[in-house]
Amino acid sequence: MAIKPLAVTAYTVTNALGRGITASLTALRREESGLRPCDFEDAALSTWIGRVAGLEEEPLTGEFAPFDCRNNRLARLGLEQDRFGAAVRAARERHGADRIGVFIGTSTSGIGATEHAYRQRDPVTGRLPAGFDYRHTHNLFSAADFTRRWLALRGVALTVSTACSSSAKAFASAYRHMRAGFCDAAVVGGVDSLCLTTLYGFNALELASSQPCRPWDVDRDGLNIGEAAGFALLEWAEPDDARPLLLGYGESSDAHHMSAAHPEGAGAVLAMQQALARAELRPEQVDYINLHGTATPSNDAAEDRAVLRVFGPDTPCSSTKGWTGHTLGAAGITEAAFVWLCLEHALIPGMLNTRGIDPNLGAGVMLDNREQPLRVALSNSFGFGGTNCSLLFGRRVA
Amino acid sequence: MNTLQVEGVGLMAPGLAGWSHGRAVLSGARPFVAEAMPTAIAALLPANERRRTTATVKLALQVAQEAALQADIDPSTTPTVLASSGGDSEVLDKICAALTLPDRPVSPTHFHHSVHNTPAGYWSIATRCAAASLSLSAYDDSFAAGLMEAAALAWTDRTRVLLVAYDLPLPFPLSERREIVAPFAVALVLNPVLTGLRMAILRLTPNVERPASRLDDPQLETLRLGNPAARSLPLLEAISNLPLLGAISHSTTSRVTLSTGESGGLELEIEP
Repeated sequence: MAIKPLAVTAYTVTNALGRGITASLTALRREESGLRPCDFEDAALSTWIGRVAGLEEEPLTGEFAPFDCRNNRLARLGLEQDRFGAAVRAARERHGADRIGVFIGTSTSGIGATEHAYRQRDPVTGRLPAGFDYRHTHNLFSAADFTRRWLALRGVALTVSTACSSSAKAFASAYRHMRAGFCDAAVVGGVDSLCLTTLYGFNALELASSQPCRPWDVDRDGLNIGEAAGFALLEWAEPDDARPLLLGYGESSDAHHMSAAHPEGAGAVLAMQQALARAELRPEQVDYINLHGTATPSNDAAEDRAVLRVFGPDTPCSSTKGWTGHTLGAAGITEAAFVWLCLEHALIPGMLNTRGIDPNLGAGVMLDNREQPLRVALSNSFGFGGTNCSLLFGRRVA
Repeated sequence: MNTLQVEGVGLMAPGLAGWSHGRAVLSGARPFVAEAMPTAIAALLPANERRRTTATVKLALQVAQEAALQADIDPSTTPTVLASSGGDSEVLDKICAALTLPDRPVSPTHFHHSVHNTPAGYWSIATRCAAASLSLSAYDDSFAAGLMEAAALAWTDRTRVLLVAYDLPLPFPLSERREIVAPFAVALVLNPVLTGLRMAILRLTPNVERPASRLDDPQLETLRLGNPAARSLPLLEAISNLPLLGAISHSTTSRVTLSTGESGGLELEIEP
């Protein structure tokens, strides 16, 4: 039996394309990228990034001052868009503040605060500066803790941190908690912000491109790191619900290598098949796949094989990393929201920057946008440690 | 849909070296002596992987392996939930220190070991497990959050789940801002299907307005408060005090409350 669908009753995204869903939809339609040459702090790296403008000037103050760091500033900025707070307030009236869970994905939370503190260590004692607050910034739970406090929620709260599948898996965790009766509604989201750890880390792994990333391109040579915040309110769907629905999810492990994808995409195949099985849908019923598509040579190749194996070459698919960069732990929610925009506005995005598709790849990738109504779409998110998550969404078309 | 049976326990902390030793201490049969902890060996990792991994990974895998062996499950098909407040702070310290140096020489190995799901990744590789795995944090309440996630997963998918919780002391200077008094790791094999072969049955009730259970032994209570994974100790104590299955005894139910932060307490009823 198919799982009981969850309705996306409100959502919002903020990323390099701008604040709120209209900025993302407009940029997707106009095929305008948010990527720029790296100008983050004093990073001396020849790569491109997807930076959210203005975070530097918008500190958290008052009761939220202990949480002040780039990651929570980005979370706050995200939570302020698209009347998301009002939607959660209304849900609080319906369900009670203690019955709404908070499930936030992040890979690095506020590690940027620790990076800054390490630069200000006392030269004699090595101690960190007095103002540094580990719990409310760097610790992974800070992302979920800040979110639930900002939204005045008192239900179960946790941070999912599984690298780049974090905020995709947050949906699966929320679904399970709701099925178990631990909460009646869920705020699901993801927040990951630019920091030197990921910029220099991906640089050290030689996975960052010196150009705008080109998923599926014959000359693709790596990813661009982006930052994003995204949130969704999930409630059990009503009969004939016209809102986007979570129809299925799949999670798997590659069991192959810590930082390299399984060459045949074995784990990705499992995740996609599970998502279809939970939705009781056949591959040919899926109208669009939003690929993980980071634009590293091996990741795209592995995902291509996996998509071919499950869907064959005809299902339209694309990676939207050329718009936002790879927003790491926030990629799952960012691309889920892109899928909802596509479902609501009859759009299938192409791929920015990609010029010549790698002849060794065979999935049905599209370079140009297409205006086309769609009912069911899949979103893939994969990460270090061999973690895979696929989410299947749908919308009733009248 | 509110019960689970415990089929295996893994435990490693100073003075609690493995479940059989830990059970004897927690049931009062042996005194708690907080000696240095034996080195976690994580024997199932291939030798070359073992050299590359950190104390955090070894500690998590050690208890996972102990619980899996005890429960006699097939780890290659068992999904996992890993709960830790801060993950591998030793690796994060090295990265943040490298970022203060000229040219910021972040080690690629440190970087890909910096993700919270590194122990999960090594476990899946070592056991060839393609099943789902979720790594989470809920600061001091990470164990209870992990238990709820594991329970929800077990009930939703009608599957056994391996839950692992671990935290280690942070290195200086982070140690001054987050005190974790000693390493602690615990693993539980949980089955939503009640069969004859079990160590305990757990019944979970969330959102109770009751404070977290404490331990009578002041040293163990210090450990409980000093490591998020050690918040499991009242549960482990209750399990260690159960009569063995099949032993003639009056069925007794004990109750333990774990804090889940703002959402109140998670009450656990524990019976044989």
